[in-house]
Amino acid sequence: MKNIVAYTNARLMDPESGLDCNGSLITNGGHIDMLGADVTIPAGVKIIDCGGRILSPGIIDMRAHQVDSDAAAAGGITTIILQPDQTTIIDTDAPVERIIRRAENPDNVRVYPMGAATKGFMGREIAEIGQMKASGAVAFTDCNHAVADAQVMRRLLTYAGFFDALIVQFAEEASLAAGGFAHDGSVADRLGLAAIPVSAEVIQIERDARLAEMTGARLHIALVSSREGLNAIRAAKARGVQISCGVAPHYLQLNENDVEGFRSFAKVSPPLRSEEDRLALVDGLSDGTIDVICSDHNGKSEDTKRLPFAQASNGIAGFETLLALALAPAHAGRTDIMTVLKTLTITPANLLGLSSGRLAVGAPADIMIFDPNAPWRIDPDSFIGRHRNTPFATIPVQGKVWRTMAQGHMLFSSEA
Amino acid sequence: MTYDNIKNESYARADITPPGGNPFPHKHLLGIWGLDPAEIKYLLDCADHYADSNRQSGKNTKTLAGLTQINLFFENSTRTLMSFEIAGKRLGMDTISMSTSTSSIKKGETLLDTALTLNAMRPDVLVIRHGDSGAVELLSRKVDCAVINAGDGRHEHPTQALLDALTIRRRKGHLNGLTVAICGDVTHSRVARSNIWLLSAMGARVRLVAPPTLLPVNATSMGVEVYHDMTAGLAGADVVMMLRLQQERMSGAFLPSLREYYKFWGLTHEKLSVAKDDVLVMHPGPMNRGVEIASDVADDIDRSAIQEQVEMGVSVRMACLDILTRKQREEEVGP
Repeated sequence: MKNIVAYTNARLMDPESGLDCNGSLITNGGHIDMLGADVTIPAGVKIIDCGGRILSPGIIDMRAHQVDSDAAAAGGITTIILQPDQTTIIDTDAPVERIIRRAENPDNVRVYPMGAATKGFMGREIAEIGQMKASGAVAFTDCNHAVADAQVMRRLLTYAGFFDALIVQFAEEASLAAGGFAHDGSVADRLGLAAIPVSAEVIQIERDARLAEMTGARLHIALVSSREGLNAIRAAKARGVQISCGVAPHYLQLNENDVEGFRSFAKVSPPLRSEEDRLALVDGLSDGTIDVICSDHNGKSEDTKRLPFAQASNGIAGFETLLALALAPAHAGRTDIMTVLKTLTITPANLLGLSSGRLAVGAPADIMIFDPNAPWRIDPDSFIGRHRNTPFATIPVQGKVWRTMAQGHMLFSSEA
Repeated sequence: MTYDNIKNESYARADITPPGGNPFPHKHLLGIWGLDPAEIKYLLDCADHYADSNRQSGKNTKTLAGLTQINLFFENSTRTLMSFEIAGKRLGMDTISMSTSTSSIKKGETLLDTALTLNAMRPDVLVIRHGDSGAVELLSRKVDCAVINAGDGRHEHPTQALLDALTIRRRKGHLNGLTVAICGDVTHSRVARSNIWLLSAMGARVRLVAPPTLLPVNATSMGVEVYHDMTAGLAGADVVMMLRLQQERMSGAFLPSLREYYKFWGLTHEKLSVAKDDVLVMHPGPMNRGVEIASDVADDIDRSAIQEQVEMGVSVRMACLDILTRKQREEEVGP
């Protein structure tokens, strides 16, 4: 009875089964034992009264550039999918094993790495996908580099198909994007910033969708930033291509105007695009074209951010604000909470072949409990994580994590 | 004020300065964007006064004696740096110039550290040029003194636009209603951007004339008319401003060759014949003779104002130094 915990008085939301009811959930050790509206609580177990808050699977953050377990847990994240752009590029099985071993501590958030798609991100030779997958890598990507050579990409998809490995492409045609760091719009023209046209994204998506169609392999577009890019994905899906895509909350919240005044904290890759693009992405979220919301967490020190716009590094520290920002379209009436939760939990779990991301008997006890309506103001100074680079400072949001549990262990708890 | 006066002035609204208000309520001069016509006119009027006094024998004054001016140039420059130095010295300032080749930037010091170091030396005015758009604005937030932008990346070069406007105003008498064609490499040009904002604010019609590869994609959203053909673009123009072809900022295929560029977009007397008879030809320098402008056009004493632009440069910079240090000198502000 010692390891059994009952979460009572909760609104259970499971995006896999569509379950949305008030009830209880019982975990036994690292697994879910029982859940539903009329669960009998055994005597002598530890009871946690959720106070009517939502209990859902913990977030699987499909794109993060660093591990910051405390920050992630504070954001309701129970699994981080680490990108291979580490100090040593993850392009062999040894660093994959090292990362998985280091993350075995049950008091930390789970970490699974993606491996590099090509050796050293060079786009010339396929990396050891089979070995890395056997060691625990969940997908393969060249991170912030698009695989430029069409023949290499074709072989990569063909080869990955044999291992049923997911290839994640960064959709930016490199030669069109070279030297640019802002959306090709009137703001960049006025500020004199070198720009990246939308077509850099569209061309890459359209080419890779054709290659995925030709090879029958699974392809995931890491981040989509534009309406036309999204339309290309929508068209490919309609043709039956196994293509999926992700978006980060800043593309749903901000647009090109947020770099006004050379705000390098809003410098991201791909760049923030126009308001029409932003609205199209919100529509894409509600109609299901967008499969995944990820934080694209990239913590940076002030030294690398407070620089002239061209020299400042890309990235936003996104763990702690992920849930609240992802819920914003639901609060705005553009979509519902279940759809948002789906993009954060079960869809990434299915794409990556993880057993978590769902509330089901026998599934891992990776859960978060949150109040979807609790208002708060984003304040980087009160962040738990190491990094404070966010363009959302002082922005009011709704949705606050109360408890985060992974493998049955409490990783985060807050008073309110 | 008579109607004639208003009509010939640069911009009608500019004359309505609220009594008692600060005519230039800015700490820095970072760009033309954000200045209103009254403030631009105030700067130009002040510069006009210096332009007259610069032509007289007792042109050196002690108005700003005891104030320190540091020129911090992260990008090479001859005329702008010299112009700022001379402007400071004519006003009696202690002027120090520093360029990247002699500074600690070469030793790996960051931009903000350089700014903090200089700030600790308590200058009164910092004049900064930098190769990245927005760098001067970033530095201005970290220092206590007034900052003048002497050109940042492709963003702005406000004193160049002011000296161009002063040159035009002295030759034509006004800016309002003039048609100004800005020709050449607009994409890479901070001079073009500053000039577009200033001339449009003062009521001039601005045309951009350039090969399609050297124009910003959304150029029309800048409130200008866009032409690719020189003959169409120069027809009826009062002023033609040529831009330098910035070969050092170009990577990739913008143009097939300089020869072809000269044939279609180089300014010659023949192409200029469609403009007004009294057209004014300008160039911010340094000129690529035989690339964007033919030598005989550049040296045409009736039409070319290129030497005058350099002269006005000193006057405009004196005006900027004067106006931005008024608070330090606790001088009464006001027209």
